Amino acid sequence: MDNDKFILEMKNISMVFPGVKALSDVDFQIESGQVYALVGANGAGKSTLMKVLSGVNNTYTGGIYFNGEQIAIRSPIQSKKLGIEIVYQEVDTALIPTLSVAENIMFNTIVAKMKANSLINWRKIRKEAKEALDDINVNIDVNKLVSSLTLAQKQMTLITKAVRENCKILILDEPTAPLSYSETNELFALVKRLMANNVMSIVFITHRLQEIFQICSKVVVMRDGTNVGKFDVTDELRLNAIVDLMLGRSFEENYIRQFHKIGDIMFEAQNVSDMDGKVNGVTFNIRQGEVVGISGLVGAGKTELSKLLFGAETMKTGSVRLNGKELVMKLPTDAVKNKLGLVPEERRKEGVMVSEPVYFNLSAACLKKFCNKMSFVIRREENKNAQKQIKALNIRTSSINQKVESLSGGNQQKVVVGKWLAAECEVYIMDEPTKGVDVGAKREIYQLIHRLAGEGKAILYMTSEISEILSVTDRTFIMFDGKLIKEFETSKTNENEILYYAIGGN
Amino acid sequence: MPISLLSKLNLKMFLTKWGSIFATIVLFLIFTVLMPKTFLTESNMVTILRSISVTTVIAIGLTMTLAVGGFDLSSGQTATMAGSLIISMMLWFNMSFWLSSLVSIIIIVLLNLIAALMIIKFNVPDLLTTLGMMFFYDGLAMTYAGGGSISISYPTPWGIPTTLPSWPQVFKDIGKSPYIIIIMLLCVLIVHILLTYTRFGRFIYATGGNKEAARLSGVPVNRYRLYSCIIATIFIALGGFLVVSRNSSAQIQGANGYGMPAISAVFIGRSVAGINKPNAIGTLIGAVLVGILENGLIMYGLPYYSINMVKGMVLMIALAVAYASTKG
Repeated sequence: MDNDKFILEMKNISMVFPGVKALSDVDFQIESGQVYALVGANGAGKSTLMKVLSGVNNTYTGGIYFNGEQIAIRSPIQSKKLGIEIVYQEVDTALIPTLSVAENIMFNTIVAKMKANSLINWRKIRKEAKEALDDINVNIDVNKLVSSLTLAQKQMTLITKAVRENCKILILDEPTAPLSYSETNELFALVKRLMANNVMSIVFITHRLQEIFQICSKVVVMRDGTNVGKFDVTDELRLNAIVDLMLGRSFEENYIRQFHKIGDIMFEAQNVSDMDGKVNGVTFNIRQGEVVGISGLVGAGKTELSKLLFGAETMKTGSVRLNGKELVMKLPTDAVKNKLGLVPEERRKEGVMVSEPVYFNLSAACLKKFCNKMSFVIRREENKNAQKQIKALNIRTSSINQKVESLSGGNQQKVVVGKWLAAECEVYIMDEPTKGVDVGAKREIYQLIHRLAGEGKAILYMTSEISEILSVTDRTFIMFDGKLIKEFETSKTNENEILYYAIGGN
Repeated sequence: MPISLLSKLNLKMFLTKWGSIFATIVLFLIFTVLMPKTFLTESNMVTILRSISVTTVIAIGLTMTLAVGGFDLSSGQTATMAGSLIISMMLWFNMSFWLSSLVSIIIIVLLNLIAALMIIKFNVPDLLTTLGMMFFYDGLAMTYAGGGSISISYPTPWGIPTTLPSWPQVFKDIGKSPYIIIIMLLCVLIVHILLTYTRFGRFIYATGGNKEAARLSGVPVNRYRLYSCIIATIFIALGGFLVVSRNSSAQIQGANGYGMPAISAVFIGRSVAGINKPNAIGTLIGAVLVGILENGLIMYGLPYYSINMVKGMVLMIALAVAYASTKG
């Protein structure tokens, strides 16, 4: 049979979440001894597919064949028994920080033996852990507490733990995203060592496409919940071919925007840096009626920058000017007073008060307007504002008294925007405003942005979705590793060029 | 069956919203039936109102603390300290009632700013900070009083005889009905207006609802956390004054026992009418519930030393209801 060379095959895998088809008829085969790159834009279904393998997404439909035999994976334990190990990006959730490296590596063994024997032979545990590390040539002190390790060392610890447990398929979910250049190289060296003396296969999810050429033998491209291409990694393989497949055609290409007159410089940021080194010397300006984009991968520093510009974090260096006047911002309160508005990335945590009603949220940033001299809230005025914003933004809610938690993601986001409309902001800082928003609401948010631009507001639009940058912005910067490394007139660039710089090309 | 499911849901919602009022009425009726001659009498009603007054005034302070998202385990001990302070100001230093109150409130607010500093600046969880404050106040109040109670004709801890012939009339009055009941109702009214109708209250609730979202909407959250701490402390101190007025002396740990029932009152009142956040009217209802339960059970023959057992259970039930209705 032809199938024999595959250790694992997934056929016609579909996965439905409430309201969304996350995967539709995906085929994915894993050959023994190969390193697969799994690439795709955000939301393409990479992680969803891997969570099917790891037993987390247990409501999939379709067939999974392990060594040619049909099986079903319905729990993480089943997945582990098959020898499938996954290392998630959030390594901290998989390790116990207060235990040593040795204890973490041997944790499952310790737990399994607990039933038979309640005494633990620590010397043996440490010795075996050290052997496991030595086997794959990882140099970490087994007695160190996990909490004192670097992120890269934590990943290595997790990989060692996985390998020791007779792993056949190792899934690495964007392991390099938080790593530095040298740490990434160390990780790749480890992957190469694993492949040299082992019969396992590795699935490697990444957004940094050049990395494919360093360690992968095959690449699988996903888009919109299906796989759209599969290549052998050879010298002939071109990055652009993968990028084209990743992007495909999307709704953004059908969105036609209106252009407005752009005026004088309104908002300026000069040499802005933060305390943690995540934002370094950012300088840019926004003119009246202009939508300026900042594009960059997750972790490039966009969110940190948005918080800095809004006074929500402390600046190490730099200044912010509005209409030529320098703004002193110690707290977000000062930013709001100066007519700045922030649509934060984490909507439910930072944008809305979910347990409060719609009207409450819509007046949160400008309550003073609806108060009398004694600071009593005039509910009639406040309600009028709520009605006005609900109408202007087409917020779908049963009444102004409905709690925000019962609105859909898109409508919650409109409430966040409405809060700033009510405050009559001059500058809107938007951090991934369409995250978790359906296509209809997305279009409405785009239209709103352009209406605001038409009214002469300044808009900063931050996103990792390049198609959005192209649809929404007039001018765009590319952020990489905390710096703005490139500036384009949006009409004079394209997705491939932006992606090229966003992933660190130069 | 969808219909029975619906009615089940409605029943659950009804109980969450109106359960505490319902329970209060049921308890009232039960005690009235069990003890027709003693329970439902004018004097006993006044006794109940008077006994819940202290709990309510302290609980009103805690309502502010909990509304802004905080917590306070030390309110009983804070009230004890405040009581010792006002008594000593009048007795040892011959200050007037009003000056004594003012000085005591200033001192107790300054002391509670230690807790505010720990919580707001050093990010120590409220629960742990106030656990520490609880012990601190306990020792401080006792040390201050020289290890015993403070009362008329007792000498100062440094051995000087006191000359105050009797407590000022205002001081004696605040612990008696109807004044104590009027004071309680005024406290409820003030905080109700503050939390429900003013910008101040709105920002307190916004901060309590989602601190980060409030901060990013321009609410100076730390300033409001500080304000709420100060206001709460003033109410708690007032509660302490009422206790020493009723006892005509500052007893060791005299107000410590009011802390837990006050917390219960706030949690019982949280869900009243589906408001689902700490609120003044709810707190009053919570205090009434706890008060009727305590009064009725003791009249019915429950030994006074067993009452904490019942109060503890009531607090647990209130907590279960409050948290069961929140998700995750």
